[in-house]
Amino acid sequence: MNETTITAQPGTPFIEVVREFEAPRERVFRAWTDPALVPQWLGPRRLTMKLLAYDASPGGSYRYIHSDDRGEYGFRGVFHNVVRDELIIQTFEYDGAPNQVSLETTTFEDLGGGRTRVHGHSVYLSVEHRDAMITSGMEQGLRESMQRLDEVLAR
Amino acid sequence: MAVDEVEERLDRAFAALGDPVRRALVARLSRGDATVNELAEPFAITKQAVSRHIQVLEAAGLITRSRDAQRRPCHLNAAALEELTSWIDTYRLRVEQRYRRLDKVLETMKEQEQ
Repeated sequence: MNETTITAQPGTPFIEVVREFEAPRERVFRAWTDPALVPQWLGPRRLTMKLLAYDASPGGSYRYIHSDDRGEYGFRGVFHNVVRDELIIQTFEYDGAPNQVSLETTTFEDLGGGRTRVHGHSVYLSVEHRDAMITSGMEQGLRESMQRLDEVLAR
Repeated sequence: MAVDEVEERLDRAFAALGDPVRRALVARLSRGDATVNELAEPFAITKQAVSRHIQVLEAAGLITRSRDAQRRPCHLNAAALEELTSWIDTYRLRVEQRYRRLDKVLETMKEQEQ
């Protein structure tokens, strides 16, 4: 199993994610950009993902909505640049935090032997924005856990 | 250990620590083992209520209790607590789950190409 390396230095607005995949670069790039494939892996497992737009080309845009029984969570952005098999630069914005736009640069490195290293670099507007991004899922998980705990304790 | 299991364990631990009484119990145990009676002393709640909180902490893997039938002192599981203090772990798990799904998508794509 390939390990995911995440670097989020305290006090900086960056997150770096590095991961290797057992697939040639063209295939990884296609999984990243094909609207038929993206919903199969992007987004939390427990949420349904509805892809409303996904035009991975320079100037193209994307929009998707995650939903569960509590509500819908929309995300959108534009592709600033897309270089086939090599590079994607896009913006990212969560509807729940309007105008808190981050910039994500994803590069695809051919390691040979049918392997690919993907390097993601996200730049947030502030350290607070980045930290909120990192902890948001944790809080959500916590809320869900609290509900489950309530159910257990109610027995 | 599977990512799902790790995440569930983290969820349980975070949930357990979502309560101020349980956080206080953990804080007390960080200074040393204690029995339920000792733990209940500083609180204006019943011993039964404290026992229930302890059960939650135990189920979350945050504390263990010895088999000593008489006292059954509670012991803080420092390793489990340490796991929680690294806030980046939860983010890592989310990313890791996403990429493991991508691993599977890539495998399916390979089969379709062949």
